Amino acid sequence: MSILVDKNTRVICQGFTGSQGTFHSEQAIEYGTRMVGGVTPGKGGKTHLGLPIFNSVREAIIATEADASVIYVPAPFCKDSIIEAIDAGIRLVVCITEGVPVLDMLQIKKYIQDKAVQVIGPNCPGVITPGACKIGIMPGNIHLPGSVGIVSRSGTLTYEAVKQTTDIGLGQSTCVGIGGDPIPGTNFVDVLRMFQEDPQTEAIVMVGEIGGNAEETAAAFIKKYVRKPVISYIAGVTAPKGKRMGHAGAIIAGGKGTAAEKFKALQDAGVYTVHSPAEIGAAVVKALNK
Amino acid sequence: MNLHEYQAKKLFAEYGLPVPKGVVVNSVEQAQMAIDTLGSKEWVVKAQVHAGGRGKAGGVKKVDNKEKLSEVLRQLLHTRLVTVQTDEAGQPINEILIEETCAIEKELYLGMLVDRDSERVVFMVSTEGGVEIEKVAHDFPEKILKAVIDPLLGIMPYQCRDIGFKLKLNDVQIKQLTKIMITLGKMFLECDLSLVEINPLVITKAGDLLCLDAKLNIDDNALFRQPRIRELRDISQEDEREILAREWELNYIPLEGDIGCMVNGAGLAMATMDLIKLEGGNPANFLDVGGGANEERVKEAFKIILSDKHVKAVLVNIFGGIVRCDLIAQGIINAVSEVGITVPVVVRLEGNRAKEAAELLNGSGLNIISATGLKDAAEKVVQVAGEKR
Repeated sequence: MSILVDKNTRVICQGFTGSQGTFHSEQAIEYGTRMVGGVTPGKGGKTHLGLPIFNSVREAIIATEADASVIYVPAPFCKDSIIEAIDAGIRLVVCITEGVPVLDMLQIKKYIQDKAVQVIGPNCPGVITPGACKIGIMPGNIHLPGSVGIVSRSGTLTYEAVKQTTDIGLGQSTCVGIGGDPIPGTNFVDVLRMFQEDPQTEAIVMVGEIGGNAEETAAAFIKKYVRKPVISYIAGVTAPKGKRMGHAGAIIAGGKGTAAEKFKALQDAGVYTVHSPAEIGAAVVKALNK
Repeated sequence: MNLHEYQAKKLFAEYGLPVPKGVVVNSVEQAQMAIDTLGSKEWVVKAQVHAGGRGKAGGVKKVDNKEKLSEVLRQLLHTRLVTVQTDEAGQPINEILIEETCAIEKELYLGMLVDRDSERVVFMVSTEGGVEIEKVAHDFPEKILKAVIDPLLGIMPYQCRDIGFKLKLNDVQIKQLTKIMITLGKMFLECDLSLVEINPLVITKAGDLLCLDAKLNIDDNALFRQPRIRELRDISQEDEREILAREWELNYIPLEGDIGCMVNGAGLAMATMDLIKLEGGNPANFLDVGGGANEERVKEAFKIILSDKHVKAVLVNIFGGIVRCDLIAQGIINAVSEVGITVPVVVRLEGNRAKEAAELLNGSGLNIISATGLKDAAEKVVQVAGEKR
């Protein structure tokens, strides 16, 4: 078991023939992901990387029975692409693109409220179930099938957590990058709930960042519902107030959203917190041996 | 992106929102002429900088004659204003807004922002105008009235009326508030705003609502579809290095310490800064070279980091997912030899082609200290920076 994706997940790529779509689709195929086609309006009927191209997501689903889509189209067109995938009845949408306007995400969140679809991202590395399905831009070779569920707002910092859990031999059940934007399609609580219900996942690593209060909300959820050990690191202890630290979501506004507040909320919820990003792996071992 | 107050007020006026009559000037002569077009007997002179706290810093002054006006303008124009929200160098004052004054009965606060909790645009209105809203939120949360906007419906008039009644406004004022809020709701969406603050929104002695101040932030991600607003960018208000960094699609924020950082990914960049601090050092900057890091950008990133003369050592921390470590290594080698870097450089490269990268660095013959792992890298850079101090 795992969450969100496994070896049976049939994936299409929107923005398939672009440079990003091409590069990462090649990598995904090489990893063993069941890529079944791609969508580039106007190029339907042709093939790319040995896979069929379709003019629309609906056509692609009818022909390939795809149940997940990964989006690499440029930010101005992401709203359209995400909604198209949802309307075509896809189960999982992973939007990698960075720079999607926040008001577009507000509308998308409202639109999916009563729909059975999971939107992950935007501005995220994607989702991977090691050894089975890689959807996104993460380097496949650092992953190892195993028992730790990882959820993170960051990209490369997630790889750090992945590498450490691989190095200690535990590996990962599934890794989900929810993205660094203020309004993510999927939040910590959504993923924590899935990990709690997933039998393969024995421990959960949650990598947070300054800004907003997603970590505080997650802490409240963990306290109530999560019975598996949770290990957490929050980036940005040294970040100055009022500055946007790369991610639109990572900004300490009016003294709110500091790392200190988040660490405290997590500790109160019984989470194993680490103040050094280099100690995530060791903390997982410690938590599992308790 | 931020707008100046006068730019925000011009936008307000275009949308039909009530703002005081005013003129923008950049010289004493202009001010003398412009003031004849204003009606009141007293005027308020406001320095136009991208920072809050202008009043307390002496950037907002009232004058009641032309001599005083010239004197205040000479004091402010082409100087830098230091407020609680700026760094010690302050922000340059290139323009000054002169406005008619009005008799004030009461000061309110009106704000709008994207609320992450409810995932909606939210209005905040308070009777406590003219003071910091963060303080009100902390001390008297019950004094902040909220209205949550449905993304499909927009703000409904009843929501505005509700707030008006709670503020104990009269019938005319409730109508005015409703019009202001509905207009702002429209403007927020049309202009891709991320924050609006009118502090204070005043009730004049004549009983009318008036937007005395205006602060607008625009969602940077949406600037591609806001060509008019993009034109309003005033780069004189931004850090030169931040501007240069943006041209190279680098994300740079100067800090106070002496260890320069170059990292890929915002989260890892913050984590690297945290780790340097934990090891007893102090980061000189935040710098995210982004996903598409290449030789050129690494070189430019080095130049920007080293333009800060406090930097005693540089830590390069790259976890290659998309980026190829060997390309980064080549960029570092080129930069070190071309830019003539005299401070020690500690490099940690991990992931995609890390082995090839390490070989390149080791074979370069340059003074580059390679590190394995995050902790090792932080320890080494803190140590070499310490030796340089």
